[in-house]
Amino acid sequence: MASENANREKTVKVEYLTRVEGEGGIYVRSEGGELREVKINIFEPPRFFEAFLRGRYFQEVPDIVARICGICPVAYQMSAVHALESALGVTPPPEIRALRRLLYCGEWIESHALHIYLLNAPDFLGYESAISMATDHPKEVEQALRLKKIGNRLLAILGGRSIHPVSVCVGGFYRIPHRKELESLKADLLWALEASKGTLALVSKLPFPSFAPDYEFVSVSHPNEYAMNERRIVSSKGVDIDPEDFEHVFLEEHVERSTALHSVRADNGSSYLVGPLARINLNIDKLMPQALAAAGACGVSWPCCNPYMGIVARAVELIHACEEALAIIEAYREPAASRVEFKVHAGEGCAATEAPRGLLYHRYRINDEGLVEFARIIPPTAQNFRRMEDDLKAILPGVLDQSEAEIARVCEKLIRSYDPCISCSTHFLKLRLERG
Amino acid sequence: MPPDARPKLAVFKFSSCDGCQLALLNLEDELLSLAGEVEIAYFLEARSQISPGPYDVALVEGSITTAEDEKRIQTVRQESKFLVTIGACATAGGIQALRNWKDVAEFTRAVYATPAYIHTLEQSTPISYHVSVDFEVNGCPINKNQILEVITALLVGRAPHLPGDSVCMECKKRGTVCVMVARGLPCLGPLTQTGCGAICPAYNRGCYGCFGPLEAPNSDSLSAQLLKDGMQRGDLVRLFREFTGFAEAFRSAGDKWDKAA
Repeated sequence: MASENANREKTVKVEYLTRVEGEGGIYVRSEGGELREVKINIFEPPRFFEAFLRGRYFQEVPDIVARICGICPVAYQMSAVHALESALGVTPPPEIRALRRLLYCGEWIESHALHIYLLNAPDFLGYESAISMATDHPKEVEQALRLKKIGNRLLAILGGRSIHPVSVCVGGFYRIPHRKELESLKADLLWALEASKGTLALVSKLPFPSFAPDYEFVSVSHPNEYAMNERRIVSSKGVDIDPEDFEHVFLEEHVERSTALHSVRADNGSSYLVGPLARINLNIDKLMPQALAAAGACGVSWPCCNPYMGIVARAVELIHACEEALAIIEAYREPAASRVEFKVHAGEGCAATEAPRGLLYHRYRINDEGLVEFARIIPPTAQNFRRMEDDLKAILPGVLDQSEAEIARVCEKLIRSYDPCISCSTHFLKLRLERG
Repeated sequence: MPPDARPKLAVFKFSSCDGCQLALLNLEDELLSLAGEVEIAYFLEARSQISPGPYDVALVEGSITTAEDEKRIQTVRQESKFLVTIGACATAGGIQALRNWKDVAEFTRAVYATPAYIHTLEQSTPISYHVSVDFEVNGCPINKNQILEVITALLVGRAPHLPGDSVCMECKKRGTVCVMVARGLPCLGPLTQTGCGAICPAYNRGCYGCFGPLEAPNSDSLSAQLLKDGMQRGDLVRLFREFTGFAEAFRSAGDKWDKAA
């Protein structure tokens, strides 16, 4: 996997980045011991969602966009319904809002448990997978699977099934649960809340490489709630905008090495970071009480700028999601109607919601028949790619003299801490390192 | 260290959302026992360690949409004793098969600013268009219990048993009142394979066919009823042409109504 020629140009290739969702590669070239080039190559086949959504009826959109990602279908459904409701001038009542947050809690629990334990923890503990890890740490892996299962149960009860839920529609839900159905989750969620605190205790003690770039963090922000479905978009460097302005402030670029578009600040071309670290750094005071207390007591100082500590941010959000789910269930009174009635007319609307991996932006334009004329979807992982490359550029000079296996491992560990979802980002990383 | 005598399982991904692989990881209770009975030799999403082929069972998710993948599926077929396709992308081309009715060059320009950077095929096609497939598991996503049945059956050397009934049978078993008869909601259930447990009618909406058509569905009869009930032709075409729209029976039904006057 490494090649050296007479000019001491050395190439290292990591064939496939494993324990990430989707397919990508890294290319690193150095010459005379100096880093020359770092590229993240995304070769996940493009599926062209934004193109084939045109001509579809608006109520099909939540079902279709769910298929952008098997791990975070709810995120796509939430961004879609909020954007389409903005286009149609629809405002669901508070009970529907709460149920949507509950659904999102289910997805955060399932996705964060999956990533923390099955995809990311093995890196810190020196295992090639959770399967190997299970031999030495059976309790932890069983706990992970049980946490994931509880998130999935919540999704299935509220959404019909955990992967590609069927109940979400523009205006609300096709079916809302009876109070009893949600109450059946309470015991599990109480267990999950305690297990999440145990998870935070575990991961906050992991050995983290020291690394703290000057990030611009970007997330959704709401005056009263932890960032999830609404409302504005903010950054740690002064951005505070309505979603309407998102495409003016942040730019998608198409680069040759990638079937995923890369995002930067439109004004200065710099990269930015979305995801759990960004959310907590920008919204920490909106965390549920026990999550906030745990975040304060876990030994991390916030805001935290170390990307490797994404796993800690996810653990804090696990606590939050369990706590908020319990609160919503406690307060739940079945609404009179599962969905809002409205007239179909032409319109354009956009929205940003917080997928487990970060800010997910949608914009749609529909015609008088309710058919989609235009769709734009900007996934969180695509927004992070440029920032990931910048991180690699900062880290790699320190390890270029090491073996290519070690360099590959360092790259993969950084990338994995971002919890990338590559199928989403294209409409697994292969590392190719050339050393000179 | 003694060689691993367990059967080798491999999981391959093509053009897809990853949901069917996740369904496998969602076998929460059974996952570790499964990992005990088989060697999970190749599963890039779940593990970094790879054992080379040949593999006893290969699960293939995703459709073929690029020239590289056209080649890669041939290698997968050569390396696998049993090749099992999982999910609508692999069995029917997936939702991304909507490109098959359109001009992919135009699609590429619509999504990517520099289309020359993108290399993709005109069509999204099922795995069976490219190699022989030993077993198909339908669904979008698959039902995780069905995949467990398939793996177990193959390991003990019997044919997997998956029911081929229509969704209607599942509604009857669940006690769900027919949404079409009682509420006039368009429903593809009479033409669609069950496997999902008839979730959509239980959630107050019609089936949208994500488990694909039955072997010999009577689409003319359902179409006539839907049109009689007031469905517009454009909506009827879209009903057929969605997640499994490229599967033969739904494709010809959708095409028929698309062309009809």
